[in-house]
Amino acid sequence: MKKETAKTVRAFAIELVIYAVLVVTYFFLVLHLLGQWLYQLEVQHRYVYAVLAILLIIGQAVLLESVTTFLIRLIRGRSE
Amino acid sequence: MFFPISGADISPIYLAVVGFLIGILGGFFGVGGSFIAGPALRLAGLDWNFAVGTDLAHIVGKSVVAAKRHRALGNVDLRLGLIMAVGTIGGAEVGAQAIQMLKRAGNVNFVVSIVSIVVYLSISTFMLWESRKTLLSAKGRSQGNVTKAAKSKKDHSAFGPVTRAIQRLKIWPMISLPVSGIRAISLWMILLVAFVGGLFSGFLGGGAGYIRMPSMVYVLGIPTHLAVGTDLFEIIISASYGTFSHAIKGNVDILIALVMHTGAAIGAQIGAISTQYFAGPRIRLAFVPLPLIGAAIVIYTMISGHKL
Repeated sequence: MKKETAKTVRAFAIELVIYAVLVVTYFFLVLHLLGQWLYQLEVQHRYVYAVLAILLIIGQAVLLESVTTFLIRLIRGRSE
Repeated sequence: MFFPISGADISPIYLAVVGFLIGILGGFFGVGGSFIAGPALRLAGLDWNFAVGTDLAHIVGKSVVAAKRHRALGNVDLRLGLIMAVGTIGGAEVGAQAIQMLKRAGNVNFVVSIVSIVVYLSISTFMLWESRKTLLSAKGRSQGNVTKAAKSKKDHSAFGPVTRAIQRLKIWPMISLPVSGIRAISLWMILLVAFVGGLFSGFLGGGAGYIRMPSMVYVLGIPTHLAVGTDLFEIIISASYGTFSHAIKGNVDILIALVMHTGAAIGAQIGAISTQYFAGPRIRLAFVPLPLIGAAIVIYTMISGHKL
């Protein structure tokens, strides 16, 4: 039981590190590039911005869910 | 990191950590976590209007992740969630109108603060009483194998007789919810529960999951695991509506919401997976401190005169 818990914690720690690297890359690549464009859109076309905001957050949610699920499968699969 | 839409300068690590913590709470309890996220964004220097709107956008993303995970675990009743979304949006509009009326009367802060304190304390007290009574009676019935109970998702509640009486009310049209194990219940009861949740959401801000999740369990008789998952699914729809409404008013900084959500995405998965290891009454008992935190924040703002 203790061995299993240790395995899960180790897998989770590895997952967290990989995830953190991916997220930092994401911050710099995507958010930095999108920032000014979204700002202009928010000022000039509020309705388009509102729709895009919802699409962006849902899109990111689906993407990150897939990434974390993939990481969990990959790491757990290897540790077994 | 500078966020040009709101003009705020906030550490992305702070945002991701706040998102992570709220994600765990949301995935486990089926709440948006706005009573923590709002003050946390305010503490980071965001204006109150941006804190409310941006939090709603982040709730949408977090709920998508947690609801997907709950759906994989069989914890989402899509039919119930869609019906509830209609009632929630209607209630939220009425709640927002009530706020406008109180604003005109000039006593909005006092009334909202008192109502929220009473509501938060009532929910916590009631859930503490009910979940403890249920756990004690479950101990008497069997040796209480928690894992088995959590696996079966069958829920016992000390409030069960009242719930069954509500389910027996024959107010046409009656609908069945096979996923939730309910043979027949009045559509109006579901809409009423959703409407009241929406009303508090519009009146007090946030997603009002702290009212809707317990109402689904105690009034409609939905098993706790399904109430958590379905509430999250319902929040996707109602919070999207709220995000749109706030965004056209210029209250949403989507970049902040996206950064917060990077932490929430992983937190929400952890929270959702954790529900497997707890029986319904234990989840409800663990829920008790949440509304108390909300009440403490409101009392603090009333005493200090600050808006966190």
